[in-house]
Amino acid sequence: MAMSKRKRARVVRGVQYGILVAVILVVALTANWTKIRTTFFDLEVAGDMFPEVITVGLFNTVVYTALGFGFGLGLALVLALMRLSVVRVNRWIAGIYIEFFRGLPALLVILAVGTGIPLAFGTFLDKYVALMIALGIVASAYMAETLRAGIQAVPRGQVEAARSLGMSPGRTMVTIVIPQAFKIILPPLTNELILLTKDSSLALFLGASVSEYELTQFGRVALNESRSLTPVLVAGICYLIITIPLSYLSRYLERRTGGRKLGTPESTEVKA
Amino acid sequence: MSTAAETPGLAVDIAGLHKSFGPVEVLRGIDMQVKRGEVVCIIGPSGSGKSTLLRCVNLLEEPTAGSVVVNEVELTDPDVDIDAARTKIGMVFQSFNLFSHLNVLNNITVAQIKVLKRGKAEAERTALANLERVGLTGRGTAMPSELSGGQQQRVAIARALSMNPDVMLFDEPTSALDPELVGDVLAVMRRLADEGMTMLVVTHEMQFAREVADRVLFMDGGVIVEEGLSEEVIGDPQEERTRAFLSRVLNPVHVNGPD
Ligand SMILES: Nc1ncnc2c1ncn2[C@@H]1O[C@H](COP(=O)(O)OP(=O)(O)O)[C@@H](O)[C@H]1O
Ligand SMILES: [Mg+2]
Repeated sequence: MAMSKRKRARVVRGVQYGILVAVILVVALTANWTKIRTTFFDLEVAGDMFPEVITVGLFNTVVYTALGFGFGLGLALVLALMRLSVVRVNRWIAGIYIEFFRGLPALLVILAVGTGIPLAFGTFLDKYVALMIALGIVASAYMAETLRAGIQAVPRGQVEAARSLGMSPGRTMVTIVIPQAFKIILPPLTNELILLTKDSSLALFLGASVSEYELTQFGRVALNESRSLTPVLVAGICYLIITIPLSYLSRYLERRTGGRKLGTPESTEVKA
Repeated sequence: MSTAAETPGLAVDIAGLHKSFGPVEVLRGIDMQVKRGEVVCIIGPSGSGKSTLLRCVNLLEEPTAGSVVVNEVELTDPDVDIDAARTKIGMVFQSFNLFSHLNVLNNITVAQIKVLKRGKAEAERTALANLERVGLTGRGTAMPSELSGGQQQRVAIARALSMNPDVMLFDEPTSALDPELVGDVLAVMRRLADEGMTMLVVTHEMQFAREVADRVLFMDGGVIVEEGLSEEVIGDPQEERTRAFLSRVLNPVHVNGPD
């Protein structure tokens, strides 16, 4: 009965492999492969999506995300500095903004900006501008907290050295603290970029001309026309082409910066 | 106390200096003067307020009361341009505090360019000259993390010197260093003293204090307990507290005494 620990581990591993092989065998023998292939991956349907899925869909996804991320980062920097301000009102305003927009679904913000602003001001709002603002607002609420934590993680001695050389508080922030803060928060920022890439799919709800389709909308229209799931699969692969390298980049950066943990669980993926 | 501002020939003139952190009074009435070209070492047990005193000299700590005058500029005057005044006061920290995102050369040029508004070429020339001065010619492209502690501290000295300060403050510059790296840093400081730099040095290196300092101040409990010529204070202390402190640092428990 007395099985050594190592021997028992080997048996457990063996059983797991056995179950896995059995499941694969059952699926492979019972499945209707032709049906599955035409449903999920019909080469003809997939072929029809090219090259527009890249030149329009992927392109617009990247553009919307980049615009939103850039705008959001700028906004986040202002918010983070307000959060750290000596003026109490600044801290309040930034705090309320952050709590407010972190508590709302991204879709609601996108609808509010995309349809609300044109209604309220009676103006036409360019799709790209609308998404830049809406995605920027969504991302900024998370990134502001990440940035604040990054700024606070810069060692006090760096500030003291800068001030002792005659740098003003503002100059110290711009030249010494913020560059170091960005280095520290590069991994969580990359994660935020991944989240935003996926959130850009919500643009679908704003209605768009064909040239403004991003990946999800592009896939949905193709789906309606083809009655095969292939477009969804193709669109999915396109997302992964963006998100998986970013995810690796984030992990690489994290390892390089020594995996410094910041107190921002919201925007940092939970590690298993 | 404003008369202190008119006393010529003084690099540092501190009068009636008090500093409290909350309810704790860390400096309890400090009066001290440093003449131009003088090297003054501050010694004393840990927690006696040495760092706080030094940090009051460039107002990294705001004094609670009293006046600090450096080169005839009263820093404790609220109207004074403290950033401009600090460019004339170099400071070297125990933990080096090199800017970790900048290489050695940029560490030395950044404040010259951004604060003194020197051109890039001039700033680099000054930086290279000071790197040579601290014995680190050719290390300009290294990142701080690639350097030993002793090298980092010498870069920090070069960085401070490149602002052409009138006074240099050193806060235990060798305390964070491996013993074999202490000598290089002290050698640089010794040369600086020989060149006539006004220096205020908090240190536990008694041999350095004895040989290089013109005067030594012994601090305990937030006051200057004893001061005088370095041989007198270290060689023949008058106060019981000074004697007790010196016997502790000069005859430590471990076998190797201070070098
Ligand atoms: N920023 C601060 N806040 C609160 N207490 C401080 C601060 N800086 C120093 N102190 C306290 O002041 C006392 C003197 O500190 P310090 O000047 O660093 O002494 P020393 O350099 O002689 O070891 C210590 O008791 C220390 O805890
Ligand atoms: Mg100290």
